[in-house]
Amino acid sequence: MAHQPASHQARPHEPAHPTPATYAKVAASLGIITGIEVVIFYIDALRSAVIPLFFLLSIVKFALVAMFYMHLKFDARLFSGFFVGGLLLATAVIVGLIALFKTIFI
Amino acid sequence: MSQAAQVQHAPEHPTSTGLDNRKVLMWLFLGSDCLFFGAFIATYLIHFGKSLTGPYPHEILDIPVTTISTFVLLMSSFMFVLSLSAHTRGDYRAFRAWVLCTVLLGCTFLGFQVFEFQEFAHKGLTPRTNLFGTTFLTLTGFHGAHVTIGVVWLMSLFFLSLRGKLGADKNLSVDIAGLYWHFVDVVWIVIFTVVYLSGVAAGAGGG
Repeated sequence: MAHQPASHQARPHEPAHPTPATYAKVAASLGIITGIEVVIFYIDALRSAVIPLFFLLSIVKFALVAMFYMHLKFDARLFSGFFVGGLLLATAVIVGLIALFKTIFI
Repeated sequence: MSQAAQVQHAPEHPTSTGLDNRKVLMWLFLGSDCLFFGAFIATYLIHFGKSLTGPYPHEILDIPVTTISTFVLLMSSFMFVLSLSAHTRGDYRAFRAWVLCTVLLGCTFLGFQVFEFQEFAHKGLTPRTNLFGTTFLTLTGFHGAHVTIGVVWLMSLFFLSLRGKLGADKNLSVDIAGLYWHFVDVVWIVIFTVVYLSGVAAGAGGG
């Protein structure tokens, strides 16, 4: 996606952020994915695969916001490390507790 | 010049990482907040389907209404990146307009949540009703508290800009506020999928 190098002069030592057009494309993608989720929710034929599909689409939406709106795709790797580290720990907590209590609806 | 003013206008100083400490701190906070919400989501999941009395998730959660509120929150993130972009360009009028749009959408989301909680209370679901009520309302309530803090933060940016105190040297402050706002958005993406869509689908299927 296109960048706008001249648009980030307030902090010239940091990498350029995406253009408003790129932000709009991401917003459209987020809206479309949310729409797809709701359509899938009402399709009875997909009932057995619906929860893995929701999780897959959710991961795509999460990644789009984190990479483009939170600028992780463009900023220092250390920031990604902090965030992904927290996410992995949180996932470990969720998986660990589910394993401990042996309950899951998936 | 007072000491407070000198600190406020102090130039950026070099750090061992080459990164601004305020932004590093915000990312560390967001990483730790992942654990905060992870614990609540885990608590919701391990108690899912264990309520002894109703109302149950598939009886009470309204997917169409929550889809609209989810879309509103997603669009508020879009509004905020436009405001950051305007601030970076030095177009402060546009910055204030986009921030105000973000605040309005954030308040709309909160309005949906208040409406939802009131509806649930009318249908007999409170934090004391059953395990679903306790875990669901705690999780979504804390998310709502995060959104409320975000709205107050964004309003403060709006008024600071209106008073001319949010110039180009404060671009990082806008960026950091944006990180918090987008984090609130990504947390809702997870809650919408895990609690609403998957919860109702699993409950309707006899889960």
